[in-house]
Amino acid sequence: MKLYDSVELAARNLREAMLRNSLTTLGIAVGVASLVAMLSLGVGLQRMASRHLKSSGLFNTVVVTSRRDLRAFNREQETSGPSAADSPDLDEAARQKIAAIPGVAEAYPELRFITELRYDDKPHLTMVSGMAFSSGDSDSLEGMQGHFFSSDVAHEVIIQKNFAAELLGRAQPRGPEELKASEVGGPLLGKQLIMRYNERIASSNTEDSASYSVIQREVPLTIVGVTELDPDSMRGAMRARVFLPEKLLESIHPMQAFDNRDATHATSAEPSYSTLIARVSGASKVAEVEDAIKKLGFNTFSILDASKSMQRFFRILDMFLFIFGSLALTVASIGIVNTLVMAVLERRREIGIMKAIGASDQDVRGLFFAEAGAMGLLGGSLGVILGWAIGKIIGIGTNIYLRRQGFPPDNFWAVTWWLVVFALGIAFIISLLSGLYPAARAAKLDPVQALRYE
Amino acid sequence: MGGTLIRAVDNVTLTIGDGEFVALLGASGSGKSSLLNLLAGLDSPTSGTVVSGGKDLSRLSRAQLAIYRRGTVGMVFQSFNLIPRMTVLENVELPLRFAEVDRAKRLDLTNRALARVGLSGRLHHRPVELSGGEQQRVAIARALVTEPKILLADEPTGNLDSRTGKEVMDLIRDLNRSSQMTVVLVTHEHAIAETYAARMISLADGKIVSDVANAKAAASRGDA
Repeated sequence: MKLYDSVELAARNLREAMLRNSLTTLGIAVGVASLVAMLSLGVGLQRMASRHLKSSGLFNTVVVTSRRDLRAFNREQETSGPSAADSPDLDEAARQKIAAIPGVAEAYPELRFITELRYDDKPHLTMVSGMAFSSGDSDSLEGMQGHFFSSDVAHEVIIQKNFAAELLGRAQPRGPEELKASEVGGPLLGKQLIMRYNERIASSNTEDSASYSVIQREVPLTIVGVTELDPDSMRGAMRARVFLPEKLLESIHPMQAFDNRDATHATSAEPSYSTLIARVSGASKVAEVEDAIKKLGFNTFSILDASKSMQRFFRILDMFLFIFGSLALTVASIGIVNTLVMAVLERRREIGIMKAIGASDQDVRGLFFAEAGAMGLLGGSLGVILGWAIGKIIGIGTNIYLRRQGFPPDNFWAVTWWLVVFALGIAFIISLLSGLYPAARAAKLDPVQALRYE
Repeated sequence: MGGTLIRAVDNVTLTIGDGEFVALLGASGSGKSSLLNLLAGLDSPTSGTVVSGGKDLSRLSRAQLAIYRRGTVGMVFQSFNLIPRMTVLENVELPLRFAEVDRAKRLDLTNRALARVGLSGRLHHRPVELSGGEQQRVAIARALVTEPKILLADEPTGNLDSRTGKEVMDLIRDLNRSSQMTVVLVTHEHAIAETYAARMISLADGKIVSDVANAKAAASRGDA
């Protein structure tokens, strides 16, 4: 029998026992819905985490550290490759090499120090860091008030909104009402901030290359931007809240926390860097650039590394969600088996007639398969819609709860097209598998016996 | 196992020629229906052979038997065996679906078969909406829609009154005569066999007890 005929006859048979088949289909729908709800939760959480990671400013940067350095983001690397003693120094030559790697837009030292900033004659202590001039279009600056640096050496500063609130002497709001950059941007943009810092001046004595003198200086800076997000959030407790153009910061030689240590271990006349940041021209090139830098003998850290452990976590989470989601689907598949076995019993005589007038075992089997598949597809489609609705409702409920508990709402739920296809596919395959036994039973019926059956 | 082997058809040797009208007579349990099932390819003999159109049915696979049933034989039953939830048209069309005949051609063949049994007006009725005689004519239309060589009828008049029974039997005789369709009729009614069958084979306990030409029916053939 042709597939079209099987489907047509199956549809007719399904309509005949409407209530029973509807209930079975509803069972599949609930099973698929639970699967879709579970998996869309997994996908949604993963997307949420990626979103947060993206706004951390790490999106198209590779952090480079020397293997000789103690501090490393990526512990895994330390166990492979050359030993620390054999690895190269992260010096000016290394910086040039890294900058020359195709795909690297800019390679600059990471400058980061805690210092005092005076506003309205009051001192404020915070972490200051350089921001590359090429990062003006970064996602982490989304929603910024004011504008980006006018040049890469301008005496300008971008501050994070919480630091801005601190400068204005405003209490941090509690609870769900988050501070808006626009509230604190107005009174601060265009105002002056005096940064006090220690300048590190290399010794003029070339024999004694690593020694230096320190002079305290002050520099006036104009506030040009107040950020809505936390562009440096990946640094955790070390994150900066005040950003200067990276070139400017480099040119004034601020004293760095590790300068002291370098004085004891430096082996060349050239200064070496603790950390270099390589800005990659596009997020898609991060992996290549990271590989190239690793080949030079340095440790690297990028969004790929940050998301690797995250991905592992989500893989496991997804697996658990899938298992729980599948339980309901398993129950539903038993429902299909039950319905079809009943149908075979009820339609014994009909099967006998069909065989007597020329149906092959294959035709009979195909008919029951088509019925199982139709219930699966129908239940699957219904389940996807139901799952989506459940997700929406739980999402709204969770956000109401979060708001009450004082957290900002977020989007935990994502029903992607591949999830829909996957759910439909699973529903179809499971229902076909459920149809295996009843269909085989129907196909094997002896027509003479079946015809005698009243 | 507790089961007793019953020889429903025992040591029967029988040849039926093309276009013959044969009646298998006997009391219930005599083995006439079992013999019919063997001819239909619904059942296989435990020993011996059933040869139809040069094919040994006892050696065919289940799939090949299905092809034989859909192409070579048409069956009519005492209880009509129509599928109750299908319309007349769909019941008659069903064997063509199994034979994978094109949709357009299927409709044409179905209509022709129904016209032949005189039921062109009731295509969209369900079997329960028809009288017994009409139901049996639908069953005959279904049996001949694939244009088989052999028509196997198992007590086709058993559930009908004598007048409609005669109509159905007349129809079967017409098919035998006009299309040279071989007819094997199972019946316990001697009178029907005598009226229509050119050859009467009596069975008892699975064995043939008599096999005689029926001069009366054979003679009436000339009249038609």
